[in-house]
Amino acid sequence: MITDAAPIVTRRVRQEGSHTLQGYLSTGGYEGLRAALSMAPEAVREEVDKASLLGRGGAGFPAGRKWSMLRKSPTTYLVVNGDESEPATFKDRLLIEHDPHQIIEGAVIAAYAIGARQAFVFCRGEFALGLERLQQACNDAYAYGALGPRILGSEFSLDLVVHPGAGAYICGEETALLESLEGKRGFPRIKPPYFPAAIGLYGEPTVVNNVETVSNLPWIVLHGGEAFAALGQGSSAGTRLFALSGRVERPGWYELEMSKTTFRDLVYDPSLGGGVRGGAALKAFIPGGVSAPWFGPERLDLGLDQEAVGAAGSMLGSGSVVVMDETSCAVRAAWRISRFFWRESCGQCTPCREGSGWIEKMLRRIELGAGREEDLDVLMDACDNIAPGVSWPPRQTTICVLGPSIPSSVASGIRMFRDEFLLHVKEGACPYGAAGEGGRR
Amino acid sequence: MGHLGEEQLERARRLIALYPERRSALIPLCHLAQAQHGWLTPEAIEDIAGLLGITPAEVQGTASFYDMLHTEPVGRHVVAVCTNIACMLAGAYELLEHAEAHLGVHVGQTTEDGEFTLEESECLAGCDIAPCAQVNHRFFGPLDEAGFDALVAELRAGTLSEVVPPHGVLCRVERAVGLLAHRQEGPGDGAAEEGGAGGEGLGGGPGGGGARP
Ligand SMILES: Cc1cc2nc3c(=O)[nH]c(=O)nc-3n(C[C@H](O)[C@H](O)[C@H](O)COP(=O)(O)O)c2cc1C
Ligand code: SF4
Ligand code: FES
Repeated sequence: MITDAAPIVTRRVRQEGSHTLQGYLSTGGYEGLRAALSMAPEAVREEVDKASLLGRGGAGFPAGRKWSMLRKSPTTYLVVNGDESEPATFKDRLLIEHDPHQIIEGAVIAAYAIGARQAFVFCRGEFALGLERLQQACNDAYAYGALGPRILGSEFSLDLVVHPGAGAYICGEETALLESLEGKRGFPRIKPPYFPAAIGLYGEPTVVNNVETVSNLPWIVLHGGEAFAALGQGSSAGTRLFALSGRVERPGWYELEMSKTTFRDLVYDPSLGGGVRGGAALKAFIPGGVSAPWFGPERLDLGLDQEAVGAAGSMLGSGSVVVMDETSCAVRAAWRISRFFWRESCGQCTPCREGSGWIEKMLRRIELGAGREEDLDVLMDACDNIAPGVSWPPRQTTICVLGPSIPSSVASGIRMFRDEFLLHVKEGACPYGAAGEGGRR
Repeated sequence: MGHLGEEQLERARRLIALYPERRSALIPLCHLAQAQHGWLTPEAIEDIAGLLGITPAEVQGTASFYDMLHTEPVGRHVVAVCTNIACMLAGAYELLEHAEAHLGVHVGQTTEDGEFTLEESECLAGCDIAPCAQVNHRFFGPLDEAGFDALVAELRAGTLSEVVPPHGVLCRVERAVGLLAHRQEGPGDGAAEEGGAGGEGLGGGPGGGGARP
């Protein structure tokens, strides 16, 4: 069902000049911050708690709870995660390019709630336009008085720095992001003890929240946590920004009420995905970024609900849905996703570094028609070495969850499309006639 | 020759002053250096090391971790074709194949005239315009073969210089203000201090010296 819930984070992105201070102010911009500053920080935290705002970066941890876990310290940092690099995810870029002030307003509200005096927005380096717009918005917010000393006439002061990444998927992982922000290689830190809430940036307690997560805050403060929680169902409250791509007629971003809308709505509704391209049959879909196990068409009626998707054996993750149709080769898809993890593994942990490489090579061999039937068992064995049991949620043998994400697509491909893998072996070629180009490197 | 110019040095000092610890400015400084040369020259790496108070090897070792930081020269336009899942499902490998043939280089190489470096990239978050590419980190898509050729022709002719500036993702909008809400005072003290904008040379600015807040 497509509900008539009004969009929250994308409510102004289609307007001309939505990224400018003027455009922002003329559409109620910084009113949420004004409201927040008239409340006590605890009261702001309470509203966010009531809202059941689940983190939109991938792990889906409740924002209010995250804030309450901070170690007490005179110095606390807020870092907004705008590194968006999970393949098929393109929602934060939209917010960064078209509503940067909303991110800044959300960041100031979050900083006020947790008592941070210094905030950073870590923006993916490849977002050249996004970086320009964020920096311009930051400059304008200082001039307007929404950043800097005594914000909007209150006693609260905050500095904010727009920080560019430099091209490394792993820097989206929050502890790698903090390393990168400290000017180092993006190596994830071992948790415990390096939970950001305890030992974060420069060793101080730090909250890391996703761009979309903080973009919801101005609305939540203005309308109250209960109004947000009234949207969606259970813990999956509010609306959420979904990125739809792959073999659909209308790829794009869609902000939908959580839980009540289904994957079928998202893919097939004429106002959303508009169906599979050319009217082809849907073969499989990835429900939440390439770290997530795949679903077959029988799961289309699941709601866009964090718990429901989790219970069905995958995750809503970063909110990106990829559609494969009857012309898409499952081996090729699994290979390309594995190749991504192999290229992006930071190399600290053996199962991740070595496993991703072996898996990539074996899948490429199968796709090119040089595979053997035994390879399928070897592949599952390699997956088992990375995440014992190859179950969901995966067991972790590594420093971060990039490693345990590798088996998702491999195991999905083999379990759902074993015959197709075997056909590659039998025919000595990709039955989709993909010319093997995909496997050339 | 490959050193940072006076203007870049000035801007580098202002950037360093924004951070509680100066090493945090490493990546922004690398972007700054690339805006000047397109890549991180050994001289620029020395300059950055000097500004941050670390060794050139530390700068090099950190920079080499990041895909966007080039430790070898690149062409005037870096063309990055995404081949990740959404783009692949829309024909990205066929497009990349065509790009190689059209430009006469393989992935990772630069055309002889120094105009184009071709890269195969991971998801650029432009999956709604798949298959897509970035040129100096500006988006183009969906691209078919004819569209790619037309793009290359326009880039060669220089008619896209407004849309595709030279290298460096920090080149067009500069931070206009220094830190204002002084971070070194005690908790709960909301007093502001104006003009912490650094620019006072190496040790200047409230963030100087790498001191913890
Ligand atoms: C390999 C990896 C990549 C990640 N990439 C991102 C990212 O690009 N953006 C993001 O917000 N979170 C990303 N995350 C999740 C972050 O670690 C973190 O959970 C999130 O930023 C917290 O914000 P939230 O609670 O508001 O969702 C990634 C996690 C992993 C393991
Ligand atoms: S799991 Fe992979 S990416 Fe994560 S820390 Fe280990 S090697 Fe690095
Ligand atoms: S897969 Fe190509 S931009 Fe996302």
